[in-house]
Amino acid sequence: MKPARLARRNVMDRPLETGLSVLLLAFGVGIISLMLLMQRSLTEDLDRNIKDIDLVLGAKGSPLQLILANVYHVDVPTGNIPLAEARKVMRHPYISEAIPLAYGDNYELFRIVGTEPSYSAHYGAEVAEGRMFDAPFEVVIGADVAASTDLAIGDTFYSAHGLTDGTDVHRDKAYTVVGVFGTTGAVVDQLLLTPIESVWGVHDNVEGADQEITAVLLKKKNPLAILTLPNLLRDTPMQVALPAIEMNRLTQQFGIGLRTLRAVAMLIMGLSFVSVFIALLASLRDRKYELALMRTMGATPRQLFSLVLLEGLWMTLAGIAFGLVLSRMGVALMGQVLAERFHYDVTQLAPVEGELYLVLAAFLVGAVAAGLPARSALRIDISNTLGQGR
Amino acid sequence: MLQTHGLKYRYADSGPLMAFPDLSIDRGKELLLLGASGTGKTTLLHLVAGMRTPTKGTVELAGVPFSDLASSERDRVRGQQLGIVFQTAHFVRSLSVAENLALARSLAGLAPDPDRIHSLLDGLGLHHKLNARVDALSVGEQQRASIARAVVHAPGLILADEPTSALDDTNTDAVLDLLRQHAAETGAALLVVTHDQRLKDRMADRVELTPNPTAA
Repeated sequence: MKPARLARRNVMDRPLETGLSVLLLAFGVGIISLMLLMQRSLTEDLDRNIKDIDLVLGAKGSPLQLILANVYHVDVPTGNIPLAEARKVMRHPYISEAIPLAYGDNYELFRIVGTEPSYSAHYGAEVAEGRMFDAPFEVVIGADVAASTDLAIGDTFYSAHGLTDGTDVHRDKAYTVVGVFGTTGAVVDQLLLTPIESVWGVHDNVEGADQEITAVLLKKKNPLAILTLPNLLRDTPMQVALPAIEMNRLTQQFGIGLRTLRAVAMLIMGLSFVSVFIALLASLRDRKYELALMRTMGATPRQLFSLVLLEGLWMTLAGIAFGLVLSRMGVALMGQVLAERFHYDVTQLAPVEGELYLVLAAFLVGAVAAGLPARSALRIDISNTLGQGR
Repeated sequence: MLQTHGLKYRYADSGPLMAFPDLSIDRGKELLLLGASGTGKTTLLHLVAGMRTPTKGTVELAGVPFSDLASSERDRVRGQQLGIVFQTAHFVRSLSVAENLALARSLAGLAPDPDRIHSLLDGLGLHHKLNARVDALSVGEQQRASIARAVVHAPGLILADEPTSALDDTNTDAVLDLLRQHAAETGAALLVVTHDQRLKDRMADRVELTPNPTAA
């Protein structure tokens, strides 16, 4: 009989002790793994969407809100800004590229964004079906929008006012779908893009000096733009926010919570190893006669040590495997919630590099937790143990 | 098969030195080691089985100086050459009856041989308990299963430690018959160690241990 098989049978023979140790370890590994997976998804999403955007011009208010609303499209905008004023910044010599955005309506909770073709080009979005918009009320829809709604090329639809519900519908102006973008993995997948004139057209055909936009994504030509533009805008209703700095601030604020959660997970993992240690120690005490019996059948002390070590490793491996499954179930669940609320897909289940170190560390500590009690198997006195009976 | 020469054992540095009579059993033969409590029966059995190292004297097993072997080598020879039946049957609890027998063969360095295991258990009336957990067996069934385990790897010497002490006359005869039958089938030597006086009339060759004199 193979030692690994015997070890597995011994472990399965004590379902309560084994179950507790495995469950504790699974929770510890699961929480840390979940954090690693979510961190990977969010970091990639954040980086992908910031993509060369150095500054965001918008209405005064919270700079973080400005970034979340106009780069990630997960918050409401801080307000609108006059196009004429915005153009002064867009044409500033320190700016190399400027992409205007205007929005305020949705279709089935997907945002309709008025912009220029340079916006989709910035994210590398290519029209997979149909063509790019070139007239007001023509729309090219993102890949996620196409997958989640019934919209197809040639369809017409009405937009709903606001970003969070679909009750107040603008029934006087219909949009026509002229194209569908291929998948980019960026925010474009969740948007319906149209010329800015469409947004103005829906909202009372504003013209001239009354034309407003929501924000402008800016790419700097000169690093001095970061210092100069805020001063330039001091006495205007506008501000510029730096996505990199705002997102860094956000992740630092998240970091306190994440560090606490990580500490709790480490504590649970520590407890699980104590549990493995105690479970094996108790099992050895209970099976002392059984192990002495195996010695009379020819088992060497080293074989018994390996057997007990393997039992601990079985529990450790089961805990690790269960933990990795739990973390993926967590990612799927959180992904579903985020997708429903923000149309963001964070359901990436592929292993992340940090998990390799997590698994190795858990395996090594599990081996130590099993090895310590296993040492007593090396010292079993057959004669005395059998003499004591059970 | 088994020869002991001048075996003596001291439990502690200042304790009495226990002396034991020389034993000699050939293959296919049997020997009863009879003695009351405190005569050192179990100590002698453990010396013979290599579970204790003699203070003086030697144990030879199949011509090999068993008591002089290194610990790991002694473990190997014990697994191959000895089959031990204890007064109370004990098993690896997580395994079935058949798996316990397979484990004994595995530790002796032999392949599982399901046919032998099946026929052995069949002969002991345990064919229906093949895959049963050992704790689901009655006491009598456990005793028979432990005999099967002791002989499944065809050892040269079967050691039986108080195999009948807790049994009535009928079961005593049955267990002794089983031990003899299986020893005969494999040509093994049989050493029964007991204080059970009933076996005195049932086994001709015997050595009686007397209260162990203290020697210097």
